[in-house]
Amino acid sequence: MSPPAGDHTLDEILNLAASHFKVPREKLTPDDDFFKTLGIDSLQALDLLTRLEHHFRIELPDYELQGVSDFRTLANRIQARL
Amino acid sequence: MLDLRQNASLGAALKDALERWPTETCMIEADRDREKVRLTYSDFKEVARPLCRALEDAGFKAGDRAAIIMTNQSKWLISAYSIFFCGGVLVPLDYKLTAAEHLQLLAHSKARFVVVEYYLWRAITQSPEVAKLTAEIVLVTEAPAGVELHGAYRWEEFKRKGDPQFVARQREDTACIVYSSGTGGRPKGCVLTHDSYLEQCTSLTAWYPFWPGVRYLSILPTNHAIDFMVGFIGPFVCGACVVHLRTLRPEFVRDAFVRYRITYVSLVPMVLKNLERGLRAKFDELEPRKRWMLDRLIGLNKMLTRGHPRVKLSRRLLPQVHKAFGGDLLALIVGGAFTDPSTLQFFYDLGIPVTCGYGLTEACTAVTLNDLKPFRADTVGKPLPGTEVRVLNPDGDGIGEVAVRSRALMSHYLDDPEQTAQTIVEGWLLTGDQGRFDGHGHLQLVGRKKNMIVTDGGKNIYPEDVEAVFDGLPVKEYCVFAANYLWPQKTLGNEMLVLVARLGPNQQFDDRLREEIVSRNRRLADFKRVGGYLVWEKDFPRTASLKIKRGELAAEIGAGAARAGVVGI
Repeated sequence: MSPPAGDHTLDEILNLAASHFKVPREKLTPDDDFFKTLGIDSLQALDLLTRLEHHFRIELPDYELQGVSDFRTLANRIQARL
Repeated sequence: MLDLRQNASLGAALKDALERWPTETCMIEADRDREKVRLTYSDFKEVARPLCRALEDAGFKAGDRAAIIMTNQSKWLISAYSIFFCGGVLVPLDYKLTAAEHLQLLAHSKARFVVVEYYLWRAITQSPEVAKLTAEIVLVTEAPAGVELHGAYRWEEFKRKGDPQFVARQREDTACIVYSSGTGGRPKGCVLTHDSYLEQCTSLTAWYPFWPGVRYLSILPTNHAIDFMVGFIGPFVCGACVVHLRTLRPEFVRDAFVRYRITYVSLVPMVLKNLERGLRAKFDELEPRKRWMLDRLIGLNKMLTRGHPRVKLSRRLLPQVHKAFGGDLLALIVGGAFTDPSTLQFFYDLGIPVTCGYGLTEACTAVTLNDLKPFRADTVGKPLPGTEVRVLNPDGDGIGEVAVRSRALMSHYLDDPEQTAQTIVEGWLLTGDQGRFDGHGHLQLVGRKKNMIVTDGGKNIYPEDVEAVFDGLPVKEYCVFAANYLWPQKTLGNEMLVLVARLGPNQQFDDRLREEIVSRNRRLADFKRVGGYLVWEKDFPRTASLKIKRGELAAEIGAGAARAGVVGI
């Protein structure tokens, strides 16, 4: 049985984040505070968001990331636009 | 530029500017790479007129307070101008605050009117504390068709025909109430007069004048003291153009430099670091021969610009670098937080003049600024014209608390005579920052006396403002401190907040408690989070009314524990 679409999105986000910031994929988990785990600031988080937009072919306003700091919530925001 | 001595208020100065340069472009608004708005000074006047008239008809009168909660966009400036035109007091709020925080500051400021972006208004109306909202008229921008507005009006439809009457204000009247802190505790609303702003604008433009044709890129939020002055009032009274970007995405910021041939931009250290990272990555991709050549040219530029910037020459020596910034950039202005001197030096060595300054909301905008005569990476510059700066009670190294006196200072904290009396003493603003003057009259900041941190994004975070999130933490007692307040050091940067917890009798610090701290911490905005915790073995000293004696506790911790004992979270 294939996992639900949301899990696919989450997985793709984790893969992209790992490759973009050059960290081992296995170090990232869905509930991680990505600022902490990736050691990034809010501008680098916006850079990641741009990469994700290109990947998922969507457009997310900056405010969608306001208050978001874990991959799972980010995946939900993206999933809502797919 | 306008002769601001002729103007009694910001409204009068802006009104004169709209008449003085009718055909010059005053603002451009871009959303990513899509240009959405382009206005001449004359267009701006025409767009603002029906809003001014509608405000007038709605009973807006001199001295009424109106808050703006919006990301950078043309409607921010049009609304602010209209508020000043009608004699109002502007309350610019940080759009990054939570809905509960917005409601708290709206209540504290007693704003009668609010101009707010739709997504922020939605959050406010969904807040359990929305009943606290006392504003009478709310204007919402960009609300989608058909959505429930909970009694608010659409900004785009809030207009009336006819000529509004300009409402004159005096220099000593309040122009703005700007919050420097207090979202979790005691709000500090800096009351700034028209005189403060007009004086500040005069002294800043004496060193860094704008003129018609200058394009200023506004990426700091306009509610921030720096952008309000340098990205709105300053350019307008000089006939220059403000370029607003609706996003802070680094790729679009870089693109805007080129697309709009930007002349000046103000940045906080985080953005400057981001630009540096991008450039360094590009340099690292160069093949060895090109990299060798680049390094030689940078070395040559460094030698030729030792005494003062020579932008035209630098553009010829390093054309690719300068093209990446549009080719017309005259200076990057950096402020809002401590900037790593090596980052400033990196840009200057490329021939991009970068000037670092120091200011605080209580002093309107800026106190000191580098004049690039010559470039200095290790100071925050010299006092601006009309600004006196003193170092109080200097120690053997000449270090003491920085105090400021000028006409630009705030008049007081709104409704808080006690904090005002502690902050402005005999006309001098006690900044809580520690510094010293070097032999060339440059101020060097070396630390902070006050219990707070400044992030590299330019946000001031006070421990009292984040403590509420730990309410109910299962420990005997807790308190949040700035690490540098507990263990003073003579450097700035890498600041963090520390949660100090006193456990209950027989309580062990276990994984559950750690998880609880981590999960509560994550409810805070990322820039407000506590960086670590410390378990303290003694009861906290308290006053007769059981308030924690923060100063005494900080001294005890500083003497009894090492900074190395802080566990990162």
